[in-house]
Amino acid sequence: MILALVFIPLLSALAAMLIRPDRPRRRLLVATAAIHSALTAACWVSPGTAAPGAWVGLDAAGRLFLGITSLLFLAAAIYASHSLGQGRAARGRQTEEDTGSVFVNAPEAVFTACLLVFLSTMTLVVSSQHLGLLWVAVEATTLATAPLIYFHRQPSSLEATWKYLLVCSVGIALALLGNFLVVVASAAPGGAHGTLLVPDLVARGARMQAPWLKAAFVFLLVGYGTKMGLAPMHTWLPDAHSEAPSPVSALLSGALLNCAFLGILRAHSICVAAGLGDFSGQLLAGFGILSMGLAAAFIANQPDYKRMLAYSSMEHMGLLALGAGIGGAAMFGAMLHAVNHSVVKAALFLLAGNFLAAYRTKSIARVGGAIRLLPASGWLWLAGLFAITGMPPFGTFASEFTMLREAFAQGRIALAIAALVALAIAFAGMSRAFLGMALGRVPEGVVAGRERASAVLPSFVLLAVSLGLGLWIPHGWASVLEQAARLSGGGAP
Amino acid sequence: MNNAIDSILIFLVLTDLILLGSSRLKNAIRFVALQGLALGLLPMLAHSQGVVWHAVLLGAGSALLKGFVFPSLMNRALRETNANREIEPFVGYISSLLIGVGVLALSFWSGARLSLPWEAASLLLVPAGLFTVWTGLFLIVARRKAITQVLGYIAMENGIFTLGMVLVEAMPLLVELGVLLDIFVAVFVMGIIVFHINREFDHIDSDQLAALKEGPP
Repeated sequence: MILALVFIPLLSALAAMLIRPDRPRRRLLVATAAIHSALTAACWVSPGTAAPGAWVGLDAAGRLFLGITSLLFLAAAIYASHSLGQGRAARGRQTEEDTGSVFVNAPEAVFTACLLVFLSTMTLVVSSQHLGLLWVAVEATTLATAPLIYFHRQPSSLEATWKYLLVCSVGIALALLGNFLVVVASAAPGGAHGTLLVPDLVARGARMQAPWLKAAFVFLLVGYGTKMGLAPMHTWLPDAHSEAPSPVSALLSGALLNCAFLGILRAHSICVAAGLGDFSGQLLAGFGILSMGLAAAFIANQPDYKRMLAYSSMEHMGLLALGAGIGGAAMFGAMLHAVNHSVVKAALFLLAGNFLAAYRTKSIARVGGAIRLLPASGWLWLAGLFAITGMPPFGTFASEFTMLREAFAQGRIALAIAALVALAIAFAGMSRAFLGMALGRVPEGVVAGRERASAVLPSFVLLAVSLGLGLWIPHGWASVLEQAARLSGGGAP
Repeated sequence: MNNAIDSILIFLVLTDLILLGSSRLKNAIRFVALQGLALGLLPMLAHSQGVVWHAVLLGAGSALLKGFVFPSLMNRALRETNANREIEPFVGYISSLLIGVGVLALSFWSGARLSLPWEAASLLLVPAGLFTVWTGLFLIVARRKAITQVLGYIAMENGIFTLGMVLVEAMPLLVELGVLLDIFVAVFVMGIIVFHINREFDHIDSDQLAALKEGPP
């Protein structure tokens, strides 16, 4: 089953390179996404048990993140099949009014193929039970996404791609050192029986050698933390997420950051099993709160709405790290929040794509009256504002509440208050920008056609999922979240 | 056996110092390639139970990639971009060398302090590996051209490969090959991007890629 999930997108990518006409290729993209989602749903309905010693297998955490990835990819694929068709009228040439540069797009076949390879590598990340395989898969996601970020052939995208490629490759190389250190930590004094299999490592528990494991965790945290966008290794994130085409931004923020988070969680669970949970938890919480603070500062005065969304992703990744670091019920909250953040942020990035197409600018000041110009996108944008800032009844409220309540319950008052302050600053900055864009007057000379269902429906469904999770978490879901939290060294409320 | 390993590691340290002090891009490419070739011998020598096909395959693959494929890619990028053949450092060559010597001492000190749970193939393995990783990182941050940053990345990867030799027996072959494949594609993609940077900006100075830089909040 897992092999099918990994290889079907790969084969489709190959086919996408060979298909000449655009329409069938777009249909192939959506069809592959649908097949992937169906297989993922099958994995949820009847979770098989992984054979002991197997390199790939879906545990609860893997299933959870696979579900997010697959759902988001389906939404992004439907959206992309529509947005790729838009460029036709202008014969491929587009102008960006912010910088005045005229650009063409990269060949669509390459774009589609890279998108499908991206899906395949993310699937491999979430189903890896072997830290070495996990590393290979995470690095492969970087390589598959670099051409996607450089889809609009213009200088700013190129700059973003170079930063992304270099910073993430170097960061992930450090995670490889972390893997070596894990082997050393797990080996018996004679040097034999070193392993990288996560279940084996967890089973060894306190027999791991603590100093080496600590060093390994630091390297893994810095390495995968670079990819996850934790401060101060986040420098590539706002550039890449704002320069990429919107469906890619949605996948980067919603799915890829989670994959890196899963890598860190695997390392954390090994530390918890070895009795070093306090050490790794403190580090996670520290990086988390730092990311939240820095992101909030950049959100407050941000003039570019895609960058604002990118910094908001960084803030929520900080929140996830904080929740995982606090542990206990906060780990459950972090799992729930990972789902909520992913669906909401992907919805917002797709809506941002609609605004970019209509207004031709990323500047917040030059977008206005979206509710009148693009009614569906405008109203969804407002709903998204409430969802991303953690207002009830959206699911984000429930997950943030769970994490902060646990922080207070553990007596970590200062940490919880700092997180609340960062959330409040982000709320103020985002609501000012979002309200100005949705309300206000439409700038002169901006006209938009009818909104197409494929441009709005994905965002609507994603936001509805977040709303649904805020009102009621189905029993089966709750138990998967709980198992995932326990696997990662936390608990449930 | 041990003598051969030690000579390779000393060669590694010397080439690192040359990289820090060299002003010609062509030379730097050549020395990184030589490093890769020499490192290809390590897996075969580091195995305690004689020749193992797993190690031979790994060494040959890595030598082929780092010794021949990468340098030809880089030389091609250099030709196509018509880049100035100077390296153009932010930090001067002499100071780079001085910093390098300091870091070398630090690597030996920390290598001696880290007590491995088992006997490594050579006492020099950990210090030489660490020093190469630091040299690579230093080249990435202290040199201006995008192409030198790629070179730094390869050098850093060489260092990590050396450190990996401490645990040749524990890493499965499939993973090692996956790592090699990833690095290959990474350098390949980086090469393409360098080419695009040159076409778009008429230079490959990565410090001038600063349009997206954020002001203070």
